[in-house]
Amino acid sequence: MNHDTYTDNYIRGILNGVKSIAMVGASPVNVRPSYFAFKYLAERGYDMIPVNPGHVGKSLLGKPFVASLADIGRPVDMIDIFRNSSHIMPVVEEALGLSPLPKVIWMQLGARDDAAATKAEAVGIKVVMNRCPKIEYGRLSSEISWMGVNSRTLSSKRAPMPTQGMRLSLNRMSVGGGETAASDRAAKNKTETT
Amino acid sequence: MTDRLPGFSTLAVHAGAQPDPTTGARATPIYQTTSFVFNDADHAASLFGLQSFGNIYTRIGNPTNAVLEERVAALEGGTAALAVASGHAAQVVVLQQLMKPGDEIIAARKLYGGSINQFTHAFKSFGWNVAWADPDEIESFERAVTPHTKAMFIESIANPSGSVTDIEAIAAVARKAGVPLIVDNTLATPYLIKPIDHGADIVVHSLTKFLGGHGNSLGGIIVDAGTFDWSKDNKYPMLSEPRPEYHGIKIQETFGNFAFAIACRVLGLRDLGPALSPFNAFMILTGIETLPLRMQKHCDNAKAVAEFLAGHPAVAAVNYAGLPGDKYNNLARKYAPKGAGAVFTFSLKGGYDAGVNLVSNLRLFSHLANVGDTRSLVIHPASTTHSQLDDAAKIKSGAAPDVVRLSIGIEDKDDLIADLDQALRA
Ligand SMILES: Cc1ncc(COP(=O)(O)O)c(C=O)c1O
Repeated sequence: MNHDTYTDNYIRGILNGVKSIAMVGASPVNVRPSYFAFKYLAERGYDMIPVNPGHVGKSLLGKPFVASLADIGRPVDMIDIFRNSSHIMPVVEEALGLSPLPKVIWMQLGARDDAAATKAEAVGIKVVMNRCPKIEYGRLSSEISWMGVNSRTLSSKRAPMPTQGMRLSLNRMSVGGGETAASDRAAKNKTETT
Repeated sequence: MTDRLPGFSTLAVHAGAQPDPTTGARATPIYQTTSFVFNDADHAASLFGLQSFGNIYTRIGNPTNAVLEERVAALEGGTAALAVASGHAAQVVVLQQLMKPGDEIIAARKLYGGSINQFTHAFKSFGWNVAWADPDEIESFERAVTPHTKAMFIESIANPSGSVTDIEAIAAVARKAGVPLIVDNTLATPYLIKPIDHGADIVVHSLTKFLGGHGNSLGGIIVDAGTFDWSKDNKYPMLSEPRPEYHGIKIQETFGNFAFAIACRVLGLRDLGPALSPFNAFMILTGIETLPLRMQKHCDNAKAVAEFLAGHPAVAAVNYAGLPGDKYNNLARKYAPKGAGAVFTFSLKGGYDAGVNLVSNLRLFSHLANVGDTRSLVIHPASTTHSQLDDAAKIKSGAAPDVVRLSIGIEDKDDLIADLDQALRA
């Protein structure tokens, strides 16, 4: 499959379908991007599992760190890899040894490994690369629009009522709202690495 | 399968706006409030810590303004935007993220007179130095680059001269120098030119002009193209270094390709304070819905008026890039094929006095210091917007003493031509 662009339906389907997310490379430091994403997703009801061998014994927002995917000890729906591109393959190989297999492998903004993606897709795992699930959730729910960010979605439908204060639902009917011509140039920017 | 991409006119009406989830209101509500309640202490903390998206206080963000921001970001093809109180405020906020005392910006000599003043005087007092370059001579940008250069700044279509800038050529110079290109796209609007497609990294607007379009509200906006790597050479510490006011967050690392817009909001607007009134945001949003219709009419009228003036015996010269044979006609065909904008200058054989007479004899054109209104406007730049410049600088910026500037509105073109004709005869 083409990993340069994803349809909103593909991403929305993934974020609506998964319930548990293991975040590889999660950081307990509360100014790190992985911490931001972990907290955001936890607040939206995902069962979050922090994976980082350097922090075993600590916990992240009440969830104990585990050293590796194998140590999770229960099925997980999605592996979110917060590592840079050169560290992706070993994590994907480890994920392929899990039983049952995860449904989705997601590589963070800035991270992409096409060979690893092909391996995962060969056994039926859906792959997303070079995206942030927090940003995608914010975009598709339109929460990110509060920050003046181009959500690239349009909708004439009344959005579902906000829950828990002002949290907006992902279940919003929208059409694609135009491209940012910049996205390819932007993809060259190295951003998140752990 | 890929998502269908909506066209420009659809974005002008819809981008950023959706029916209000609680009331169902279809027009964007004016959220005329200073502040927003928190759900609980943790929600407040995560908003202040930039961990959650949401509203705190209207100096930092407001839901009406956010619709405007997303709409202009979508029209320009940027990743995000930040609305502020005026075009000038946008320029200060942008440069505050990039410049420290002793740093330099290379700016096109052909800029709005107010921008020339701002760069020369106000910015000088911040210790920001400007090096002027000639947009008609690309090498002058290259020659001006020093180790202190932090940005380049041009207007896509320059005020008052209406000249069209070779954005791609200057973008290439900026890329080579490792600095962002900032394009003031006020006179073109994204309907005519999308600078990001030509290599701009940041776009700024005075929304006061064609985007708002009705001469009723001041506003400005900053659009982040999402293209520049702020962390590459450590030249832009506001974006690449830990921010003490946010417990050590690094803005680019955290916000990726919309980091610049976030920096402008949480470091610039928050601390400098030029917030846009939500009421103005609403007025400007309403204006933007008809931008494609208005802009085409502005351009078609301007071309007709320019052609009329070019054939008039009292007129010495018309500088309109939309006219064949104009110095900038090739650039206009390349960058602005739908029209060369609606602001241009002409000079009268009778010189300064004839200019003053013309202005006082016009009955439909309003004599005032603005452009980009539904109404047609006229001004004599040398005695007003550019009066602070000496004669040589006036000529270089396209505002020589015998020059009159027009901003053509969306009235019937025959009425505009008749008004000019009677005033030129009077
Ligand atoms: C090209 C251009 N840029 C910037 C500005 C400044 O905008 P504002 O008056 O909204 O501060 C103007 C105003 O005339 C302008 O014409």
